[in-house]
Amino acid sequence: MKSQFYEYRKYVLAGIALIVVISYIIRLAFLQLSGEEYKSRADDNAFFHNVIFPARGVIYDRNGELLVYNQPAYDIMVIMREVNNLDTLDFCQTLDITKEQFDERMAIIKDKNKNPGYSTYTPQLFQAQIAAAEFGVFQEKLFRFHGFYIRERTIRRYATNNCAHILGDVAEVSSAEVERDDYYSPGDYIGKQGVERSYEKELRGVKGIQILLRDARGRIQGHYRNGELDRKPIPGKNLTLSIDAKLQALGERLMEGKMGAIVAIEPKTGEILCMVSAPSYDPHRMEGKQRGKQMMEMQRDPMKPMLNRAISGTYPPGSTFKTSQGLTFLQEGIITSATAYPCRRGFYCGGMKVGCHGHGAPLPLIPAIATSCNGYFCWGLYHMLGNKKYQRIQNAMNTWKDYMVSMGFGYKLGVDLPGEARGMIPNAEYYDRRLGKWNGLSVISIAIGQGEVTLTPLQIANLGATIANRGYYITPHIVKKVEGGKVADSLLVKHKTKVDQQYYEMVAEGMRRAVTGGTCRSANTSQYEVCGKTGTAQNRGQDHSAFMGFAPKDDPKIAIAVYVENGGFGAHYGVPIGALMMEQYINGQLSPASEAKAASFQSRHINYGTRER
Amino acid sequence: MEQENDSKGIFLSIDWITITLYVILIIWGWFSVCGACYDFNHPDLFSWETNSGKQIVWGGTSLILAAILMLIEKRLYDTAAYVIYVGLMLLLAVTIVIAPDTKGSRSWLPLGSSVKIQPAEFAKFAVALALGKFMDQYGVNIKKSKDILIAIGIIILPMLLIIGQKETGSALVYLAFFLMLYREGMTGSLLFSGFACVVYFVVGMKFREDYIENMPVSIGEFTVLLLAITFTIGLVWVYCRNMKAVRIMAIACYGTILLAMLFSIYVIPFDVCYVMLGLCILLILYLIGLAFYTQLYRYIFIAFFAVVSTSLFYLSSTIFNHLADHQRTRIEVLLGIKDDPRGAGYNVNQAKIAIGSGGLFGKGFLNGTQTKLRYVPEQHTDFIFCTVGEEEGFVGAAGVLIVYLFFIWRLIALSERQPDTMGRVYGYSVVCIFLFHLFINVGMVIGLTPVIGIPLPFFSYGGSSLWGFTLLLFIFLRMDAERNLKRQ
Repeated sequence: MKSQFYEYRKYVLAGIALIVVISYIIRLAFLQLSGEEYKSRADDNAFFHNVIFPARGVIYDRNGELLVYNQPAYDIMVIMREVNNLDTLDFCQTLDITKEQFDERMAIIKDKNKNPGYSTYTPQLFQAQIAAAEFGVFQEKLFRFHGFYIRERTIRRYATNNCAHILGDVAEVSSAEVERDDYYSPGDYIGKQGVERSYEKELRGVKGIQILLRDARGRIQGHYRNGELDRKPIPGKNLTLSIDAKLQALGERLMEGKMGAIVAIEPKTGEILCMVSAPSYDPHRMEGKQRGKQMMEMQRDPMKPMLNRAISGTYPPGSTFKTSQGLTFLQEGIITSATAYPCRRGFYCGGMKVGCHGHGAPLPLIPAIATSCNGYFCWGLYHMLGNKKYQRIQNAMNTWKDYMVSMGFGYKLGVDLPGEARGMIPNAEYYDRRLGKWNGLSVISIAIGQGEVTLTPLQIANLGATIANRGYYITPHIVKKVEGGKVADSLLVKHKTKVDQQYYEMVAEGMRRAVTGGTCRSANTSQYEVCGKTGTAQNRGQDHSAFMGFAPKDDPKIAIAVYVENGGFGAHYGVPIGALMMEQYINGQLSPASEAKAASFQSRHINYGTRER
Repeated sequence: MEQENDSKGIFLSIDWITITLYVILIIWGWFSVCGACYDFNHPDLFSWETNSGKQIVWGGTSLILAAILMLIEKRLYDTAAYVIYVGLMLLLAVTIVIAPDTKGSRSWLPLGSSVKIQPAEFAKFAVALALGKFMDQYGVNIKKSKDILIAIGIIILPMLLIIGQKETGSALVYLAFFLMLYREGMTGSLLFSGFACVVYFVVGMKFREDYIENMPVSIGEFTVLLLAITFTIGLVWVYCRNMKAVRIMAIACYGTILLAMLFSIYVIPFDVCYVMLGLCILLILYLIGLAFYTQLYRYIFIAFFAVVSTSLFYLSSTIFNHLADHQRTRIEVLLGIKDDPRGAGYNVNQAKIAIGSGGLFGKGFLNGTQTKLRYVPEQHTDFIFCTVGEEEGFVGAAGVLIVYLFFIWRLIALSERQPDTMGRVYGYSVVCIFLFHLFINVGMVIGLTPVIGIPLPFFSYGGSSLWGFTLLLFIFLRMDAERNLKRQ
């Protein structure tokens, strides 16, 4: 027999079979006996984690007016095996969808790859967020649609047309957010901007969970371990903002058709009374399913309505900055209250010229603030940077910088809103790098709030609050109260500046004189003593119009900054808008004359053209 | 009178051990189908409405089929082997044309309204018979190239036809016959060449895009070329025993590669594979030279092996780049290049979860959540082994494998005791087909072999496959029962 020759090969074949079986048994042992991983993954498939969403905290203004609340929304769920005799036509009409959309949705539900864990026995999401009106009609007919059920959820609603930048909005979590914080699962909602974002942890509450057991049929068999692992949802905490909704509304009215910001602070507490950023938008645009489309539209708008200019915009503070200069020179002994500097329609020194308007000269500090004399503060800074006691100009410069930082400039103030900018306060190293060799003259424009210096409107308002407090500020913040909790300690810190109270009195007096007989005359009123300082910041186009002030002079209730881009002189827009805002807050309303003035400012629009900014 | 004696003798000679194992597997398989298909809307396991009920019918008819097969004499197969082969090849060809398109394949023939059969499942026995008949002929020797080519032709024809039906998985089963040819004396080098091709493909594709650190050299290309050189030299060593040539080739090749590597690391980085490609060409020329010099054909074969080895990587790379996206993804997931648990890797991933969650003793009959909640696709057909793993645990799954091992060993023993080549060839064909199905099917479910959609014999749901395997097995059992009769 020819093949007996190869009979040994039967062992090769038997051996191959043996090796295959043995290696497969070893593999099975690894899969089945090595641990709980696969078991728990199968359980994950079999357990039904029923998440119960907590109600998100609602938001009030400082007077208890409701700003943001929740409204029930309805998801339509379907249990496939219970669907029978469905009148598809009627069903589609009720939900205002087409037959094609219906078929497509059903196909996606049944697709194991797109919808893992699908079972004909458990509710599947058919359509999310049905509006209350549609829901009403649907619910009436629900008894006819066997297998369809309702699941309640909530959507965020706004009770105000204002405060868009402050309140922010909520939207579905991004995949990056899910990865950062394992509290979230895809499809959850999270605060994206404003207070909704910065107070997300307080507002969201804690999700509850029911761990339900599915049997091999996919039917719910009850609670796993009698529900001992279940958790009840903990509702989110309600917030009370320090915002005065009426003041905010007036501010947004006044800024219509303009770009810029208004920030008002209660000096004693650091509470932000209003924070207007113009242009703004109606927060209702961010409600529900339309949010994505609206966002896109606004992001394309060259006016950038999404940007919160009050904290993210950085501007040259202009003459409002002079107050901080006077304070610094006084404290450093560069000047006294009696020191007078000449001004011949400007500052002339070593071929350098900074222009000024016509006024009496030479002047001491208080009238210099009142008339906003450029020459005075240029001379002051020139003398400070050239002073021998610092030995080197670098030391003088950095001393100056330290004063500025102590007043809250150059760094974030730490407001409880996302997106705060830090502004710019140059130091000696900066100029060494930028200019190489430099002297007092090369940087002189920072004395009048121009040049490299930039501040956010919030920082300007905070300067007002610091002067109102005569030498300190509390971190400005926007949340007054967290229900059942407290505002973060870091928001209640008292920051003392490097300047003594007595010098603040002088500057306050200067700002009072500006109102009674200087640049801010239009803000004067007999009802209370207003202190103020205009600012006119030069830039490439029309000047920016700024105002910084507080009232009353003694025991101040409100400090304010108004910044109108390309508004011209400070007195054009800044002063009158600031005056109206102070009146509204202190009196609780506007007089008829002021109301008329407000209406005229509301309708006065500035043409910005269409260039990207 | 003589006839009566024959029947009696045959009845006594039936191998009841194999039949017992067969019945065990069928019953075990039925319980698994119950677990995989249990529908809570139709809790009656025996109803014709359910797959488990239908499977009883397939099982029962299989036993009837088995009984009938035991009555058909071997002589008939001996006479009709080629006729059966040609008939089935025609059926396969006709199927391509007339079968309706089901999920992209054209392999199912509808018989009446509710029954469909898959001719590919029945063609295996015809090929086994034809091969048996051919190799039983006087003077046929599988070592002769003409004869091996005919044998390969008999195997390749149904493969091509089944590939034409878009059932590549079923076609690959016919590769199992090569294992049988090996037992019949086919040179081991052919088997080795096949093995080498699979290694080239898997390694080359898997590491094609990975590069050796700090060098512009693809790990896949480098490894494949290194293996090609090594295998070629190895073949010269084993089959030609020309130690001098082996030494020359080894020193020249490995020395040059080493120098090229050093040059690439320390002087100018360049793609060493160009050097290796050059070496391969020199090697091939050297082997052809040796063939003329020594007048030994073997060198030509080895040179041919080297050519195929060298070109396979580039060929498969090119083909791979021209594949449709979904085919490419499937190959990539298969080779573990891409991890895509939601897409192409979904089946295997869920299958592993199902088996892994079974633990030592399993979750119990009809209690597997993974299979009942329909997480595993095709769980009652190709992925039936999941149900065994989940509901019966390690004990059950390992048990099935061990029963199969004894079944295959028993069939090897039966094949060896056949008095003629026809019986032995047919027997080994049966052995190799079962082994191949077991290897691929269980391997894919536990994530060790590529996902090739072929059933697990006696376990996977379906009448065609059950009848096909019964037919294959019982023809052999009848041949075995006749072993003690005198040949006519």
